[in-house]
Amino acid sequence: MVIHMNYFKKRNGKWHLSLTGKEAVCGLLFILPFLIGFFLIFLPLIVESLKFSFSDMQVGTEGYTLTKTSHSGFGHYVRAFAVDPDFNLMLLSGIGQILIQVPLVLIFSFFAANLLNQKFHGRTVARSIMFLPVIISSGVVIALEHSDLLVNTLNTTTDLSGGELSSYLNVMGFLTEYTSLPDSVISVLSRAVNGLYDIVIASGVQILIFLAGLQSISPSLYEASSMEGATQWENFWKITFPMISPLILVNSVYTVIDLFTNENNEIMREIKRTIFTEVDYGFGSAMAWIYFVCIALLLLVIGGVISKHVFYYDER
Amino acid sequence: MKRKKKRMQRHMTLARSQRLLWSIVRGVIIVGICFTILQPLLLKISVSFMQEKDLYDASVKYIAKHFTWNNYKLAVSVMDYGWVFFRTLWLSIGVSIVQLAACLLTAYGFARFRFPFKKLLFGCVIVTMIVPPQVIMLPLFMKYRFFDLFGIFKAVTGSSVNLIDTYWPFFIQSMTTMGIRNGLYIYMLRQFFKGMPKELEEAAFVDGCGKLRTFVQIMVPSAIPMMVTVFLFGFVWQWTDVFYTSLYLNKVKVMSTALNSLAVNAYQQYEGFGGSMNFISPGFVSMINHTGTILTIIPLIILYVFCQKSFVEGIERSGIVG
Repeated sequence: MVIHMNYFKKRNGKWHLSLTGKEAVCGLLFILPFLIGFFLIFLPLIVESLKFSFSDMQVGTEGYTLTKTSHSGFGHYVRAFAVDPDFNLMLLSGIGQILIQVPLVLIFSFFAANLLNQKFHGRTVARSIMFLPVIISSGVVIALEHSDLLVNTLNTTTDLSGGELSSYLNVMGFLTEYTSLPDSVISVLSRAVNGLYDIVIASGVQILIFLAGLQSISPSLYEASSMEGATQWENFWKITFPMISPLILVNSVYTVIDLFTNENNEIMREIKRTIFTEVDYGFGSAMAWIYFVCIALLLLVIGGVISKHVFYYDER
Repeated sequence: MKRKKKRMQRHMTLARSQRLLWSIVRGVIIVGICFTILQPLLLKISVSFMQEKDLYDASVKYIAKHFTWNNYKLAVSVMDYGWVFFRTLWLSIGVSIVQLAACLLTAYGFARFRFPFKKLLFGCVIVTMIVPPQVIMLPLFMKYRFFDLFGIFKAVTGSSVNLIDTYWPFFIQSMTTMGIRNGLYIYMLRQFFKGMPKELEEAAFVDGCGKLRTFVQIMVPSAIPMMVTVFLFGFVWQWTDVFYTSLYLNKVKVMSTALNSLAVNAYQQYEGFGGSMNFISPGFVSMINHTGTILTIIPLIILYVFCQKSFVEGIERSGIVG
């Protein structure tokens, strides 16, 4: 073990911590909260949950008992892939939907950050409003909004001003009334416009991160290139884009994580339903584990592809 | 000469009109986005002042015909707003301060020191973010229902401790950076510390300042805008979280769980008043939910307005660079 040799040093026949060794100990002490949390809390929970996914659980008065499932423990996984008719389809369509949303969120937040970075009157107000979704789109607030939509779509037949309450802009109604577009086009358009709200709401943190990156680009770069006669368009592609590219990586990772672990997406709801309503914890956690592996693989692929094209100003 | 000047002038006006056009387009786009964000909020506010019949009245758009405070009165009494407010405030402030401290230490450790398996450990930080919380829900509940520290409690008192319906699970989780989205905070703070010039610490070190003292006296004060950001995130996400609060707190109500069950409870009271409905009126549900949502996010918006300056600045100066 070559690495470990550096951390210790022999002096007067005894082993002492070298300077790098002291630094390492110091660093480990600093990250001690995380080490405790990860190895004493998080990891045991993960192992426990994996055990659940490989076994059937009977809840009794004295806690619970676990028995190994069929297929030498893989029963739940076999059920998810081969028996359950909906799971595969749901997994694919759910992942597909989110994969479409990720680039849209990225493009929108990048665009918005660029806008907010320019000088204009009322910029602070605009910024404060743009960051508001970080607050108003979290946890129970957004969950209620979704349930409210559900209530309203269920009751459109009772003519309870359904459109008025559920959709913030009645695009569908507007288009059918004032234009003579075919129905299919209208439904696509209205879905896109209504989806816009989800995208705007989902990109608060990303705008923040992009804006921070844009602010950290030194203005002298732009000055120099403008002196050389570069246009704004060239500046954007030759300076802004490469300089911001590390943050594109950060943001795409964050967006993937955020959208996939959002409690309101289809698969998470199904997992929740299986665990709570059907009280099938083994199957539920097997599903969650399959889902988790999918997210991890996707992150690896996305991270790998993007990090190949990322430009680092000072290679550290 | 004259012709050249004229051409310059024309060029200038072209550039100026181009700029004017762009600022108009930009204005429209920004106002549009802001409207998209604010509109649902305004709708909620306007609905919360309506009576139920206004919802069914097609001539009522945003301004209530029968202006009323009744929704607020009902929501406040059903949510037990006063007590719930202070309970949630204490919980959220406590949790976000504790996790801020833990994440600061961890982030500094990752940013400035070299130690074995650093990359692997940082990968573990990312992993804690992407595991869907549902996966570890039951084990988590079991852990705090039958809480024990290396078997010490069992040896002393004969049984493990039940921490459900106390705030201990929240604090234990945030002390060990396992709280809500703590991986993100560690990431943000690490990037901030990485962007700080090393010379500051080296100077302090040469002057005989220890590592911890350097951290507390030099790094922490310069990270304050960033810390405000992390604090705000932590506060907001704790305030609106239902997943963990409904997991750890069974009988004790905090803001988010109170809001979640508001419609059902309000409906029961409504029936108690002699309202005769065989089904839960969706209009009533949506009205009371909007009111409750407003009551829940008003403290957050007030906090945001106060922190807004250092929030926006903190993000600007953070230099979160990958």
